[in-house]
Amino acid sequence: MANEILAEQISGEYKYGFVTDIEADNAPKGLNEDIIRFISKKKNEPEWMLEYRLKAFKYWQTLEEPHWAHVSYTKPNFQDIIYYSAPKPKVQLNSLDEVDPELLKTFEKLGISIEEQKRLSGVESRIAVDIVMDSVSVKTTFKETLSEKGIIFCSFGEAVQEHPELVKKYMGSVVPYTDNFYAALNSAVFTDGSFCYIPKGVRCPMELSTYFRINASGTGQFERTLIIADEDAYVSYLEGCTAPMRDENQLHAAVVEIVTHKNAEVKYSTVQNWYPGDKNGKGGIFNFVTKRGICLEDNSKISWTQVETGSAVTWKYPSVILKGDNSVGEFYSVAVTNNYQQADTGTKMMHLGKNTRSTIISKGISAGFSNNSYRGLVRIAKGASNARNFSQCDSLLMGDKCGAHTFPYIEIKDKSAIVEHEATTSKIGEDQLFYCKSRGIDNEKAIGLIVNGYCKEVLNKLPMEFAVEAQKLLAVSLEGSVG
Amino acid sequence: MPYCLSGKISEMLVIKNLHASIDGKEILRGINLEVKAGEIHAIMGPNGSGKSTLSAVLAGKADYEITEGSVTFNGKDLLELSPEDRAREGVFLAFQYPVEIPGVSNINFLKTAINEIRAYKGQTPMEAKDFLALVKEKQKLVELDGKLANRSVNEGFSGGEKKRNEIFQMAMLEPKLAILDETDSGLDIDALRIVAGGVNKLKSKDNATIVITHYQRLLDYIVPDVVHILYKGKIVKSGPKELALELEEKGYDFIKEEVGA
Repeated sequence: MANEILAEQISGEYKYGFVTDIEADNAPKGLNEDIIRFISKKKNEPEWMLEYRLKAFKYWQTLEEPHWAHVSYTKPNFQDIIYYSAPKPKVQLNSLDEVDPELLKTFEKLGISIEEQKRLSGVESRIAVDIVMDSVSVKTTFKETLSEKGIIFCSFGEAVQEHPELVKKYMGSVVPYTDNFYAALNSAVFTDGSFCYIPKGVRCPMELSTYFRINASGTGQFERTLIIADEDAYVSYLEGCTAPMRDENQLHAAVVEIVTHKNAEVKYSTVQNWYPGDKNGKGGIFNFVTKRGICLEDNSKISWTQVETGSAVTWKYPSVILKGDNSVGEFYSVAVTNNYQQADTGTKMMHLGKNTRSTIISKGISAGFSNNSYRGLVRIAKGASNARNFSQCDSLLMGDKCGAHTFPYIEIKDKSAIVEHEATTSKIGEDQLFYCKSRGIDNEKAIGLIVNGYCKEVLNKLPMEFAVEAQKLLAVSLEGSVG
Repeated sequence: MPYCLSGKISEMLVIKNLHASIDGKEILRGINLEVKAGEIHAIMGPNGSGKSTLSAVLAGKADYEITEGSVTFNGKDLLELSPEDRAREGVFLAFQYPVEIPGVSNINFLKTAINEIRAYKGQTPMEAKDFLALVKEKQKLVELDGKLANRSVNEGFSGGEKKRNEIFQMAMLEPKLAILDETDSGLDIDALRIVAGGVNKLKSKDNATIVITHYQRLLDYIVPDVVHILYKGKIVKSGPKELALELEEKGYDFIKEEVGA
């Protein structure tokens, strides 16, 4: 079944550490205007897109990498990264026979059976998948089924070609290239990603999913995702990611933008399982991502759910701008760090419209020598009357070498706002473990039970199959961290 | 692991000269105790005599160091087994202070436990419908509200509900040896009756129960075959159920005098 894609991806210990021996079409290392022109040309882009990139690049050059996050790492050398890597042959794939067999093998290892996807096409599968490997989108499934309903689900590159008016209108409208260092970098060098448009009044009949994979060595992955839900539209979107085990740190700097129109709703779920580095903190992905949605019009809703277990360093804050009146923003997060992983993650809820509501549930779990920070901002603008926010930030510590930190910021400019914040820090109790053991449950299973119980509110927000596998993933990520 | 009961072992539990200490302080100072299948033993004693230590040591709590002595359970060296393997072999401890596990439903917890125990015995996981039938049946035994079974383990339970939940778990796991550690503490008379009723219904010729208590009260409901008096880490006196009454009447001082402490 199609949901195995994400299911398989997150079970077992890090088993996605393999490298596929596919010939890749690479750009030379380094970053300058020529590289950007190279990427744009490779992608056969219109002039306006190239201009956008170059503007972003100029701006990026004026910026310095920020270091306010509670993480420390060796700064990437931006001239030592390959900004474009495409699995060869780079042709339009009309049938499976044209796909590189090595590539197909990779998908099988990842649990993505395109064969099966094709067979099931339009029958009963509930997930449509776009797969982005290194820099390009290699396959999008179920396109035809979706297009019958007017839904556009394709690679970003394709959207630039086929739906330039939509891309022009919305790209950068939520995360402008001036937003931050990595957003500017992404805007200059992004290579692909997913694009999704749900037309007026359409409820997307299946889960849409993008699967990201970094394969080639020395490459960075810079993808963009843009999701637009028009009036009364609904979509549930899943994102999964893996990478090979490498000694080097690889950079992943993505931008995700979501726009909801009147009465529309977007649910965005992520299970982030990038390679976290080895037990000594060597290697692993730097995950510096800007994710933001805007409830542009009244009564719309954006909900972020994330389960973060991978990456050496994670730095991201899926946020919602609540512009429309009565709009709703939600953020449900489980972030697990083990060994030497570092995560600084949280959200921003910007209340601009009247009667806007936001909910933040964050569950941090730290083990080993890791550091896990929650950073959140709730801003109620002047005139955003009757805004409500509820935040709950819980931290769970396992062992005594790890750290949990909470940085909540609240800015209220309207007197009618009601903002609640709750926070707890606890240790996984020896008493709880012993209680489980005295009932015949061993240490690993007990930790799995306790941790999943602790994260229940968040896991409940994930689509069913996803949730089951996320539970397994949590247990696996924490294996051997207590007792 | 082969599951062999030779049939020749009449004692289920044999404790010989058991010494245990915590942080260098000796708490158990040579316990000797034999329990046969079908029996109920009561262990009474004043505060600090080592009652809870004994139950924790039998269940395998890591904080204690066994300095001397042995414990065999159905012919196996119990002290060699991990806490979870002891449970899988059929030892059950009803906690004096049951632990809360937020977000984990009682049902899920018990299902995991039962299936772990079954896996240890080489059995397949229990079918969902059999499991639910079992829950229904055993809930009645301790008059446990169906809602409690679906709530998180002990979270927000009243003192009485927690204790009933312990007996419910015991009923579900069907242990060979149940150790009730001050299960009567904090119970009102109705809850006491229900908990004791549950224990009595679970009694069979194949299982045994050790009731650890401070007061004689519980023994009005759960009638022991033998009463032991624990004092300063040793069993100083054993006798029939009347011993509990004598103790109640005279107080623990008479023991102190008797053992010349």
